[in-house]
Amino acid sequence: MKILVCIKQVPDMESQFIINSQGNWFDENNLSFRMNEYDEYAVEQAVRLKEQLGGDPDITALSIGSGRVVDVLRKALAFGCDRGVHIVDPDSCAKDPWQIASMIAAFAQTEGFDLIFTGMQSQDRGSAQVGVIVAELLGISCVTTLIGFAYDNGVITVKRELEGGVKGVLKLKTPALVTCQLGLNVPRYPTLPNILKAKKKQLVAIPVGDMPHVRELTATCTIYRPRKKAGGLILEGDVGIVADRLMGILKECTMVMK
Amino acid sequence: MKALLVCEYREGKLLDSSYELVAFADKLGADNVLLLIGSMAEVPRVNSTVYLADAEIYGEYNPDLHKKIVLAAVERENPDYIVFGHSSWGWDLAPRVATALRAGQVSEVVDIVDGQFVAGICNAKLRRTVTPKTDTVVLTIQSGAFNFDSTRQGTPLVERIELSEVIPSLEFIGYEPSEAKSVDLTRSEVIVSIGRGVGKKENVAVISALARALGGELGASRPAVDAGWVEHCQQIGATGQTVSPRLYIACGISGAIQHLVGMRESDFVFAINKDRDAPIAEVADVLVVADIMQIVPELTAKFLKTENTFRQAG
Ligand SMILES: Cc1cc2nc3c(=O)[nH]c(=O)nc-3n(C[C@H](O)[C@H](O)[C@H](O)COP(=O)(O)OP(=O)(O)OC[C@H]3O[C@@H](n4cnc5c(N)ncnc54)[C@H](O)[C@@H]3O)c2cc1C
Ligand SMILES: Nc1ncnc2c1ncn2[C@@H]1O[C@H](COP(=O)(O)O)[C@@H](O)[C@H]1O
Repeated sequence: MKILVCIKQVPDMESQFIINSQGNWFDENNLSFRMNEYDEYAVEQAVRLKEQLGGDPDITALSIGSGRVVDVLRKALAFGCDRGVHIVDPDSCAKDPWQIASMIAAFAQTEGFDLIFTGMQSQDRGSAQVGVIVAELLGISCVTTLIGFAYDNGVITVKRELEGGVKGVLKLKTPALVTCQLGLNVPRYPTLPNILKAKKKQLVAIPVGDMPHVRELTATCTIYRPRKKAGGLILEGDVGIVADRLMGILKECTMVMK
Repeated sequence: MKALLVCEYREGKLLDSSYELVAFADKLGADNVLLLIGSMAEVPRVNSTVYLADAEIYGEYNPDLHKKIVLAAVERENPDYIVFGHSSWGWDLAPRVATALRAGQVSEVVDIVDGQFVAGICNAKLRRTVTPKTDTVVLTIQSGAFNFDSTRQGTPLVERIELSEVIPSLEFIGYEPSEAKSVDLTRSEVIVSIGRGVGKKENVAVISALARALGGELGASRPAVDAGWVEHCQQIGATGQTVSPRLYIACGISGAIQHLVGMRESDFVFAINKDRDAPIAEVADVLVVADIMQIVPELTAKFLKTENTFRQAG
């Protein structure tokens, strides 16, 4: 069995974002990067399946991006993936979901994976498109927003998260692609021996020029900060003084102090 | 300009969110036609053409079938825009339709400004405007962003739509109901909510002490629930409860859109966050830029002290 996990590296969302000089993306300098949260669940689920099947499946972790994305591939290898594939594309952040998905599908086509895991969305772009487009391009079954996954003899039973806490239960057969939602499992912390082992695993770099190029279907024009609430107050500084101010506000503006 | 609006239907009911698509199309200035995979009894009351595919045949959500039905409606109407709600239905179906048509898709649209679509990035910390580069455009709409005037009523012109046989690749087994709620936060007047910023389970007690002091309940964002710090029934947001207390205090919650939709109707919002740029500021009456573990105990102590003085005096 061959498994592919698609991983995006995204900025730490607690970073201070500075808009770039063209005003169309954020400045990447001084940001710290990590694995897209949703993709951690994807990696974990793939590795659990490998464990369930006695180590048989071969797991490829794929990431498209600039040189820095090697870090998330290393992390995936430390989780237990078998090899990393890095499509080296310094401009990937300017590409739309269609372009990213087309590259992933082109790669997957040549490899013939039985099962593909992606995150349900990326935290930075949040388009929730790439996984589904890949499945459609490959013509394989696809389920999104997984919060439950069970595999038995080529048949996958999944739980999809719907609105209001309701879940949809579905069955499908491989080859398939599933997109993983928060809470699907509890991602592990790679152990030191596994981190060391990961350093020896294969990590292949493919220049973006070797991948088919498709034109973009949507383009980001500008980015900006959302406005803070009109009339909203910001308090900071000495904790005692702030707490006193808050007490005053509680008295004046709310009903909690009678 | 024409928009095809794809309504949502589950277990025999049209979902109200379908009307938000009409509000969106109005704001876009597009003529609209609707598509419902549902029943005659649930056809939306609008003055437009509604394509109806029978739920008796096409059943509950099944992407292969539903994609084909949407594409059949597209073929008849040749719309400029195909619009879905950004929900488990819409985000699943929209990219399938977009791929089939090689159409550009903009997800989770919150606004239209100068003909461009506005969507959030970086967990809602930033916004971006997006321009589609294709003639046909697929959109998913953030729920609650476009409000429909529910007093408006119309008479739909219903046209049936049918498919030649499609064999779906997914087998729908059934629904699992949501867990019973042991805590009903919808009636709480004061809610103090914990987010991932609380850091670890041991810290939760500090926040629940504040909730208790204020006579309120403890709520939570999703990561706090996923981490097992509190029960699922305490989750607030798109996949949790929708609340509107008199006072909402968000502790270490960034303010992702899925959380905001569950609490933005609160009368008064305090947010405690060490990050000044946290998007929760969009709905906060007061943003306290501080470490929760420092400010919360201080506030609880001051509050209890004042209450006690009151009580002794009274
Ligand atoms: C389909 C779908 C449905 C979802 N449904 C829901 C839902 O119902 N409810 C929900 O909440 N989320 C939901 N989410 C998840 C949502 O997108 C966010 O991931 C989530 O709300 C983030 O939770 P958070 O704010 O606690 O964590 P984070 O986004 O990680 O934010 C933590 C915050 O704490 C601050 N912080 C850290 N340490 C401290 C400190 N010591 N003192 C003060 N501040 C600190 C940080 O600055 C940050 O702003 C859903 C997502 C999807 C895709
Ligand atoms: N640059 C990338 N490299 C690898 N996988 C990606 C990339 N971008 C997106 N993905 C995958 O597609 C999912 C959905 O992304 P998005 O459509 O951008 O929200 C992510 O969770 C990843 O699994």
